[in-house]
Amino acid sequence: MATLEVQGLEKNFGGVRAVQDVSFAVGPGEMLALIGPNGAGKSTCFNMLNGQLKPDAGSVRLLGQDITGLAPRQVWRLGVGRTFQITATFGSMTVLENVQMALLSHHRRLGGLWRPVAGMEAAPARALLERLGMADQAGRPCGILAYGDLKRVELAIALANEPKLLLMDEPTAGMAPQERVSLMALTAQIARESGIAVLFTEHDMDVVFGHANRILVLDRGRLIAEGAPAAVRADPRVREVYLGSGAVTGAH
Amino acid sequence: MENLVLQALSGLASASSLFLVASGLTVIFGVSRVVNFAHGSFYMLGAYLAYTFVTQLPRGHLGFWGGVLGAALLVGLIGLVVEVLLLRRIYRAPELFQLLATFGVVLIVQELTQMVWGAQDLLGPRAPGLRGSTEVFGLRFPLYELFLIGVGPVVLGLLLLLFHRTRWGTLVRAATQDREMVGALGVNQRMLFTSVFFLGSLLAGLGGALQLPRESVNLHMDLSIITEAFVVVVVGGLGSLTGAALAALLIGELHAFGILIVPKITLVLVFLVMALVLVVRPHGLLGKPEVAARGGQGSAEPMIGPAPAALRWLALAVLALAVVVPPFLGDYAISVLTELATAVLFAASLHLIMGPGGMASFGHAAYFGLGAYGAALAAQWLGAPMLAGLALAPVAAGVFGLVFGYFCVRLSGVYAAMLTLAFAQIAWSVAFQWVEVTGGDNGILGVWPDAWAAPKLVFYYLALALCIGATLLLRRVVHAPFGYALRAQRDSALRAEAIGIDAFRTRWLGFALAAAAAGIAGGLFAYGKGSVFPTFMGIPRSVDALLMVLLGGVQTLSGPIIGALAFTGLQEQLVRLTDLWRLILGVVIVALVLFFPQGLAGAVRARWEARHGDA
Repeated sequence: MATLEVQGLEKNFGGVRAVQDVSFAVGPGEMLALIGPNGAGKSTCFNMLNGQLKPDAGSVRLLGQDITGLAPRQVWRLGVGRTFQITATFGSMTVLENVQMALLSHHRRLGGLWRPVAGMEAAPARALLERLGMADQAGRPCGILAYGDLKRVELAIALANEPKLLLMDEPTAGMAPQERVSLMALTAQIARESGIAVLFTEHDMDVVFGHANRILVLDRGRLIAEGAPAAVRADPRVREVYLGSGAVTGAH
Repeated sequence: MENLVLQALSGLASASSLFLVASGLTVIFGVSRVVNFAHGSFYMLGAYLAYTFVTQLPRGHLGFWGGVLGAALLVGLIGLVVEVLLLRRIYRAPELFQLLATFGVVLIVQELTQMVWGAQDLLGPRAPGLRGSTEVFGLRFPLYELFLIGVGPVVLGLLLLLFHRTRWGTLVRAATQDREMVGALGVNQRMLFTSVFFLGSLLAGLGGALQLPRESVNLHMDLSIITEAFVVVVVGGLGSLTGAALAALLIGELHAFGILIVPKITLVLVFLVMALVLVVRPHGLLGKPEVAARGGQGSAEPMIGPAPAALRWLALAVLALAVVVPPFLGDYAISVLTELATAVLFAASLHLIMGPGGMASFGHAAYFGLGAYGAALAAQWLGAPMLAGLALAPVAAGVFGLVFGYFCVRLSGVYAAMLTLAFAQIAWSVAFQWVEVTGGDNGILGVWPDAWAAPKLVFYYLALALCIGATLLLRRVVHAPFGYALRAQRDSALRAEAIGIDAFRTRWLGFALAAAAAGIAGGLFAYGKGSVFPTFMGIPRSVDALLMVLLGGVQTLSGPIIGALAFTGLQEQLVRLTDLWRLILGVVIVALVLFFPQGLAGAVRARWEARHGDA
């Protein structure tokens, strides 16, 4: 069974049809990229998957369970991790504490009024940071971290609830090219090992064609192409959308 | 029937006066985003200045109307000076700081006004040519009231013309919508802000001056008008002129007819309407949601950690002094120390909301007062022993914290602050107007501790133990997962929701927890004083709490404790030493906002970190 199954998703803002009749599926361990020019509806699509936006029509199923219209925190409880285009972390906490928060929430221990956080879930949080190569940054406040490091922290947070599905909105935006490749390689490895389905949007075509198993192309709210990287690269409609709209393959 | 028409007319007259004041407030807010507490002081100054001008100038039309307009102009200039000297420096400060700074101006103006004009009420002359009354449906209606009814729409019309037909007005409207964009387009923002402030203050002064023939001029005009003006502006939607007109109409008529229908609860009614409007339309009748200033990025709030060793030792030393010294002190000193202990808990409870919670509360005194009244009412009507009363205090405050908080924590920024203020005023009005139960203004007397705790020293130790215990518990909570969840939703609501944290519920429970803690402080305060009064929930007490927290510093855990000690000690000394304590307090507030925006503990910490090279 597919991890995520999307059927006939639709969203209108006033008269603007931001997303129309979008359907696709992602399976365990698969890296699926969602690409398209600016304003194609990628973020809208994304925000409907984890509940930040309610779709006007269509359904979202996670492992067969209908999660359409659930709130983000409910979606997260069912096993969907999320990273944001503009990183969102808790700036007044350390890197380690940020990950601890996700773990504490996952184990429903956030109501505690007595035991200090300092010793709670510290070991698994460290293990997660270790896995992402962030162990040496564990004690630093997130508020002063470099952007690329914040992206890694977000990934660590997103992995804390042992997700079945990872939603990554431009996971490598703002990173140096070297970092991009290593982060996506790591993501792909984790996805494979843990059987996590990964759906990501991305502007960097090197990242997309280098790491995605399959690619969805969105234009003006509609899916215009879907398939393996080579097939999508050769698709004339995709070429028209990108070259016609002035974007150049390989640009940021 | 005729009576109803007269009532409606007098409602229109008060609506008109209210609109004059509220329009200035809303225009100032629209452009500068400053909620100006001192607006009521400008109104009061307008009345006093008009009194002086009108009585000094030769009698007649020129003397009267010239005096009124002269007063309005002079108030406009005073407002301009305040803007240039103070507000201009704090446009980027958090809302509560601005509110506090302008409240400092309120205190200063109050004291100066009293020095110049004295404490007694002044009665001005009536307006020439409008002294008599006219017949409306066979009943007499004062001509001056009719004149006032006309003034409101005329001023509204003139303002609309000004804003829609002049370049300056267009700029003001543009700045109301998007201040940064107007700045980016190269408009001289300083001039714009200063001129808007001049206009707004002038309108307040005019509103005050026009009251001269209507009512006596006194020193309470400032706070009574500003609360009403806040209500009007918030109900209408901050920054909306037409909204203010609509809301003034609503509130004016509500007053007029409220007295007829439910004379007991007129005050409650007004704030109830405001709370209702904010619940249904969080940005007022015609207001627009504020453009979010912050992105998803975690804010730069500092981290919290365990107290450094030096601080621990200092705290232990102070605590030891607080335990060892009192047996050698007199009764008066001991009651001051008891008050200090309750102040510490009161401030610490507000800090939980403001610091880790990141919420604004301008009505925290409500929960202090509800705790006090809970204990006092139990003692008065149920004959409850002291310990039962003290146990009831946090429950009463906590329950109301849950109910009021349910609405307050949905809003943010100025609107949240205003809604907490509205609920506090509702609680205050009930205590003030429900005389049969609460004793009204006379309060409830004879709330004394049980025999075993009657000696001042014993009660002091009880208060110390409970307040320090509860304060330490709150500290503990901040370090525990719940406190972290509070900070999480403050730092990034987006991320908090994305990892399963229910931001609303976290804020709500945090608010109620703080309310309950404030209730303990209030209960102890009631037994310590032997009585409770509506002033326990008044705006000045909410401001006290804010001052304690901000004086100490919002961003450190020890801030509220240091702030409470500093503030209560300072106030105690000032009241004893000088009659000018309000003036000095006002200057201290203004200086605090200008020079120590991080508070005392924040300033010390900054130095500490600079010296010890902390991250």
